[in-house]
Amino acid sequence: MAVVFQKTRGLTDVETHYCPGCTHGIIHRLVGEVLEELGVLDEAIGVAPVGCSVLAYNYFNCDMSEAAHGRAPAVATGIKRLLPENVVFTYQGDGDLASIGTAEIVHAAHRSENITTIFVNNAIYGMTGGQMAPTTMIGQRTTTSPYGRDAATTGMPIKISEMLAQVPGATFVERVAVNTPGNVRKAKKAIKRAFELQLAGKGFGIIEVLSTCPTNWGLDPVKALRWLEDNLMVYYPLGNFRDYQEVENA
Amino acid sequence: MSKVLMKGNEAIGAAAIAAGCKYFFGYPITPQSELPEYMSAHLPRVGGVYLQAESEVAAINMVYGAAGTGKRVMTSSSSPGIALKQEGISYIAGAELPCVIVNIVRGGPGLGSIQPAQSDYNQSTRGGGDGDYRLLVYAPGSIQEMVDLVQIAFDKADYYRNPVMVLGDGMMGQMMEPVEFKDDLPKMELPEKDWATTGTKGQRKPNVINSLYLAAEELEQHNIRLQKKYDEMKQNEVRYEEYQIEDAELVIAAYGTTARIAKAAVDQLREAGIKVGLFRPITVWPYPYDVVKNLPESVKHILCVEMSMGQMIDDVRIGNEGQRPVHFVGRSGGMIPTPQLVVDKVNEILNGGK
Repeated sequence: MAVVFQKTRGLTDVETHYCPGCTHGIIHRLVGEVLEELGVLDEAIGVAPVGCSVLAYNYFNCDMSEAAHGRAPAVATGIKRLLPENVVFTYQGDGDLASIGTAEIVHAAHRSENITTIFVNNAIYGMTGGQMAPTTMIGQRTTTSPYGRDAATTGMPIKISEMLAQVPGATFVERVAVNTPGNVRKAKKAIKRAFELQLAGKGFGIIEVLSTCPTNWGLDPVKALRWLEDNLMVYYPLGNFRDYQEVENA
Repeated sequence: MSKVLMKGNEAIGAAAIAAGCKYFFGYPITPQSELPEYMSAHLPRVGGVYLQAESEVAAINMVYGAAGTGKRVMTSSSSPGIALKQEGISYIAGAELPCVIVNIVRGGPGLGSIQPAQSDYNQSTRGGGDGDYRLLVYAPGSIQEMVDLVQIAFDKADYYRNPVMVLGDGMMGQMMEPVEFKDDLPKMELPEKDWATTGTKGQRKPNVINSLYLAAEELEQHNIRLQKKYDEMKQNEVRYEEYQIEDAELVIAAYGTTARIAKAAVDQLREAGIKVGLFRPITVWPYPYDVVKNLPESVKHILCVEMSMGQMIDDVRIGNEGQRPVHFVGRSGGMIPTPQLVVDKVNEILNGGK
């Protein structure tokens, strides 16, 4: 029988721990497929974060390093500087990257480390039980913003892609979502582009992927996708903020 | 090889390169900045990497990633900077990665001062990071010994898959002494680094560098395994020097810079016919407890001398097991004790003072 579709070799056979309706699974698969399609899986070294995707080292079928909270870009820097021929990526959530790890991500971009960062933004701390993140929407109720996030005391949700697009060393910055088949395809294209730029030695790339957290948002998976479209995608517009050619022309 | 005159911090860098370390991640802080400066000049020439990180926190995490590739890697800092690195040091110990960390101690707490101190004894030997972990910690007493121990440290780190700290102070970092880079340092048989993350090349299953064990039983087993390694270090890695101990009535316990000062005091006192000796730990973890425990019968007092308000004195007391009074004299904040301070304290003790 002809095989028309199969699981990517980029992922292991381990069953993931993600909640039903969480889109981490899709994002993992896209990264795995891209590594496989580019033929770099055997050269890849991934860096896992702290947060929901802490166990990513069990799921990606390549060498992995588990970093301290927020430090994945520094760990990836250490790996890539010693092994420039390998493909190095970080996989981080918004608590990890947009809060405790802002220094590390900004400076990895600033030095234009030749690595690729997958930044999964679901506007909440998932693993620890649904606390407010810097990316949480105004008015969004979380376990540490029980009355809804208030801009007066906690600031506005932080726009990482827009911020990093200002950093000269950032070669590729794009925000994507995986809420529809069309957007999944666009997300994969962006992830692939960032890895291709790494392979060409063009420097730092980040793909911000808007993601759902049905469990901690208190919504079923379908309603969670709708909430993402009505809220996250409005405040965090999809699109490319920086690409290699633009960097060249600047 | 002939002797060369080198500043302590630069000699550390040269020793690391001689040991095959080509990768350094650091952050400027006085009084150790000559070391990253030296590395920034010399590592590119040997095909290595010098990287100035955005912070000490980032630097130690770069070391975590770099050490995971199986190559020899180093970082250095001074007291408040080491405090910032403690998180990463715990992760490195937990993930069992080899690396060498240099701490050129300055006065604390907080921003403290930039002058020499030994007030990082606790954060170096007890660790400031979380969990049950240990570092092998060398406390050299001269630039020559520092140069030798830095090279040995890389072997020990690889052998035990554990971070090794070289504990100096602002004095050791800043002063110049003639040093020799020896060809005949003892070499260890080292295990293959088959755990390193270098890409599978399609030849093996993926390697994972990790310190997370979500199942309590697994983490306990991990800790038991680590403890066995630390026990092996206690068995095999203790280093110390004894000076004029045999017939001594009083033994001074001191390490690093203060041991040199104490040695001058011992010589001065011996000339006056006073029976004094010196015990100098070279490893401060594992600590030479047995030496303190088994001091000769003649020893009636122990005097601990430190550039702190008294930190190593706790280890002296542990080794002493209550056998003799343990006294203390020290200066802190960047002040350096003089031999005369030590001589006066010894006379005070032996003449029946407290």
